This record gives sequence, structure tokens and C-alpha cells, in this order.
Amino acid sequence: MSIFLVQILTGLAYGMLLFMIAAGLSIIFGLLNVINLAHGALFLIGGYVTLSLVNNYLNFWLSLLVAIVVMALLSVIIERFLLDKMYGQEFEQVLLTFGLMFFLADVAKWIWGTSPQSIPVPDYLASSFSVGVVSFPVYRVFVVLVGCLVAVVMWYLETKTRIGAVIRAGVDDREMLGALGINFKVAFTGVFAFGAALAGLAGGLGGPILGLYTGMEGDILILSLVVVVIGGLGTWKGSFVGAILVGMADTFGQMWFPSFSMAIIFIIMGLVLLIKPSGLFGKGVGA
Amino acid sequence: MGEVPWLVLTVEKIKTYYGNSYILQELSFAVEKGKCVALLGRNGAGKTTTIHSIMGLVPPREGRILYEGQPITGLPPYRIAKRGIGLVPQGRRIFPSLTVRENLLMPARPPRNPEQRKAWTLEEIYNLFPALKERENNMGNELSGGQQQMLAIGRALMTNPDFLLMDEPSEGLAPVIIEQVEEIIKTLKQTGLSILLVEQNFYLACNVADEVLVMNKGQIVWQGSPEELLKNEDVQRDYLGV
Ligand SMILES: Nc1ncnc2c1ncn2[C@@H]1O[C@H](COP(=O)(O)OP(=O)(O)OP(=O)(O)O)[C@@H](O)[C@H]1O
Ligand SMILES: [Mg+2]
Repeated sequence: MSIFLVQILTGLAYGMLLFMIAAGLSIIFGLLNVINLAHGALFLIGGYVTLSLVNNYLNFWLSLLVAIVVMALLSVIIERFLLDKMYGQEFEQVLLTFGLMFFLADVAKWIWGTSPQSIPVPDYLASSFSVGVVSFPVYRVFVVLVGCLVAVVMWYLETKTRIGAVIRAGVDDREMLGALGINFKVAFTGVFAFGAALAGLAGGLGGPILGLYTGMEGDILILSLVVVVIGGLGTWKGSFVGAILVGMADTFGQMWFPSFSMAIIFIIMGLVLLIKPSGLFGKGVGA
Repeated sequence: MGEVPWLVLTVEKIKTYYGNSYILQELSFAVEKGKCVALLGRNGAGKTTTIHSIMGLVPPREGRILYEGQPITGLPPYRIAKRGIGLVPQGRRIFPSLTVRENLLMPARPPRNPEQRKAWTLEEIYNLFPALKERENNMGNELSGGQQQMLAIGRALMTNPDFLLMDEPSEGLAPVIIEQVEEIIKTLKQTGLSILLVEQNFYLACNVADEVLVMNKGQIVWQGSPEELLKNEDVQRDYLGV
């Protein structure tokens, strides 16, 4: 029983990391109509930047913050100078982000090497606390809380602010938004940077749990694509639910059917698609 | 052509295409400040294309469009809108993911010349269209056709334009609602707004317009006052199918 509770926490923490990555992927798709295949690489670089700063005696929190800012700036450059030339050409954009994934991963290999690394966390986060006989790692609780906080912030931005209204309107009818005097390209850049910042945050937060290794960008990308497909394209709420499902399935799959855990995730995805082809929270094709 | 201070809009020999289809064929016309000009024509005549050319949504390949004497051809739509042009599009195009209130507030912008024009506020839009106030927390797609049209007009007014493009505001509405639309256009004219009104509803257009343009195959084929058009049965039959 006690192992069961700890595994739930592990699954939730993993789910929250996937949520932060997949939510960015999903909202970027919703507004810009681009599947950003470089998103996993942004996660990895976010993690490495955090690692380098922590290794150079910068405080963990500040390191995370800097990683977020760096990823946001990097993505502004990508969006402004590369993607912007290709709006409306979806296939070319997918190819571009695919190429970027390899490019960024190679840059990461070149700067940070190929051996697996992990990010050390402050002592107060590295400890455990006990409830009865069960001992829970504090850091995972912390990751779950950050994930929930991100969800609340996204809910607030989406439903309570003018920026959120502009973005929802842009998803509905981008041309009309322009005709009302709103430069939706600014919204494009903003959403792309926000998504990349979340990926960077997830990389920094995930480093201590998942480690950082060459090839991780692809693993993370595939899992977050699965989350987006399960939850529905264009909705961060779907990503939230999908990520918890995938996080749990992966954690318990590894415990009960170690050689079969990835297959379980794809079976869940297949079942969701059979029941609701647009994903749990998706609006359906062409909506 | 130099600056003509009493014209709000001048369209000079524009050619607009969709791919290879040549739609607007050296189209030219002008709209005087404070006037309501109606643009009539059959389905497919090129009325919406004209509106979209002015707004920059489908930029003309040749020719010029001047707004208040300044060329706006080739500018992105958001810059054209910010010059003071409001759009009430064909089919209303209300944002379904926004509430009625958000549809109005999201694009809101102060007027460019506050000393000359009183700004539209949310309260005033609700005074003009009380039904919207009652449904302010409904989503945009939960309204009736007439309410959506009111919302589309209100949304354009919230950008505080000096010049309003209206594309078939009576389309698909019941006769009572069409009368309301007519009253609203008359009210808007009294505020000094210049209007380019695209219509299929010949009588509505003649009731509110100061001048009528008849369009066919991407060109203006007739131009005159509503009274002249009401008397001219040839034009009505040949180009409007009345
Ligand atoms: N996106 C498009 N791509 C290709 N052709 C188009 C497009 N939109 C319109 N057309 C064509 O351009 C011509 C003019 O269309 P437009 O929409 O301007 O007509 P309209 O006068 O507004 O008609 P209606 O009264 O039906 O709204 C038509 O022949 C139409 O088929
Ligand atoms: Mg039309």
C-alpha cells in the first residue's frame, strides 16, 4: 500500500512535467497551427542551462528563472526569424522545426557533452517527509505544486485577461482579429515564447528527476505528442488531464509490466482516439 | 489625383485577384466624408472582394486606395484598421470562444481624434443594443442571427472608427430585424460616421444611402442617387435582379 502511494506521487510529478511541455506544444498549435517538433530540444536545453548555472553556484531558483528567460528569448529568435517566413506553409514549418530539433540537440551535445547528468537540488527540497510509515520525496511534491500553479496561471491568463481573449479570438478567426486592428503576429511571438519558457521550466524542474541525456529531446517530444493527442490539440486543459494519465500509466506500467510500459501508453492513446478522435478535450477537426 | 479633403476613401483603378481569377477589374470609386454609400450587385459581383481589398485582407495587385488622402494599399489589415476603419464582415464572424462582453471589449480602442468624436463605450453599445446587455455572459455563438449582427456592429464601433465598412448586415435576418438594422445605420450616420454599405437588400440600401454604386463583374456599372435608382428599372433588372 505504501509503495502504491509513493508511486502515485511519482506518476503525478512525472505527469506535471509532461503537462508543462505538452501544454506549450498544444497552445502553440492552437494559435499558430504549427507542431513545434523542436519542443523536446527546448526542454533539454532548458535543463542544461539550469544545470550549468547550478554547477556554477547560482541558486537553484535563479537558475530556473534564467533558464526560462533564455528559452523565451531563443524562441523569440526562432519565431521571428525562421517560422515567421513560413506561416501558411504547414509542411515547410514542420520540416523546419524537425531540423531545428537536430540542430539544437547537436549544439547541446557540443556544449554539455554526451554523458548523462542530473541537476542537484537544494537540500531542503532533496529530503523526504513521512506520513505514518510512508516516506515521500519533497521534491516531487514540489514539482506537483509547480505544475498545478502553472495550470492556475494558464487558466487565469486564458479566461481573465485581455491577452487571453486576443489569443482565443486568434484561434477562432485570425483574419478577423487583424481587421479589428490587432497585430496577431505579436500574439504569435508571445505564445511561442510562453510555450518555450514552459518547456525550459520543465527541463530545469525535470532534470533532478529524469536526468539529462543525449537523445532525451526525442523521448520527451514523443511522450508530449502522445499527451497532446490524448488531451486534444489546442487545449492546455486536455494536456493537463492527458499528462496525468500518461504519467500514471508510465509509472505503474514500469512497476507492473516493466518491459511493456511504453506499449501501455500507446494503447491508452489508441483507446482515447477510438472513443473520441479529437482527444478528450479537443473541439474536433476544423472547429 | 491630389488630396481631396472631403473624401474619406478613394479607390483608384484597383485590380484584385484570387490566384489567377481576375476579380476587381480596375475598380474606381470614392466615398465622401460623413456620407453613406451603398454598393449593390448580384452574388459574385465582387462586393466582398472590394471590402477585403480596402481592409487589406486581399490586397490589390495594382491600383491605389487612399484613406483620408493617405495611401493604405499594401499595409497589413491591423494597420489599416488602426487608421480608423471598422469592419462589419459578411457572415458576422463573431468569435465563438469569447463571451458577448469579451467580443466587445477585446478589440476596444480609443478614437484617434477624441476632440472631434465622442468615444463609444461598453455602456453606450449596451444602450444601443439592450439585447446584448442581457446576454453579455453568453458565448458569441449562443446568440440569434440578429443579435450576432448587433454584436458585429457593436464590436466594430468599439474600435471607434471614422469609416465603417458593412458587408450585407441584413443577410439572413427576419424583416423586423432588418428594420432595426436600418434604424441603426441611420443613427450611426447622425454621429458623423462615413459608411460603405454592401447590400443585396435593395430597399434597405435605398432607404439609408446618400449615393448608390452598382457593381457587376468587378466594375462599377452605374452610379447615382437612391431616387434615380428606384426610377431606373433597366439597372434594377440587369444588375440587381429586382
Ligand atoms: N477565396 C476565394 N478564392 C477564389 N475565388 C473567390 C474567393 N472569394 C470569392 N471568390 C470569387 O470572386 C468573385 C467575387 O466574390 P465576392 O465574394 O466578392 O462576391 P460578392 O459580390 O460579395 O457576392 P455575395 O453577394 O454572394 O457576397 C466570385 O466569382 C467568387 O466566386
Ligand atoms: Mg459578399
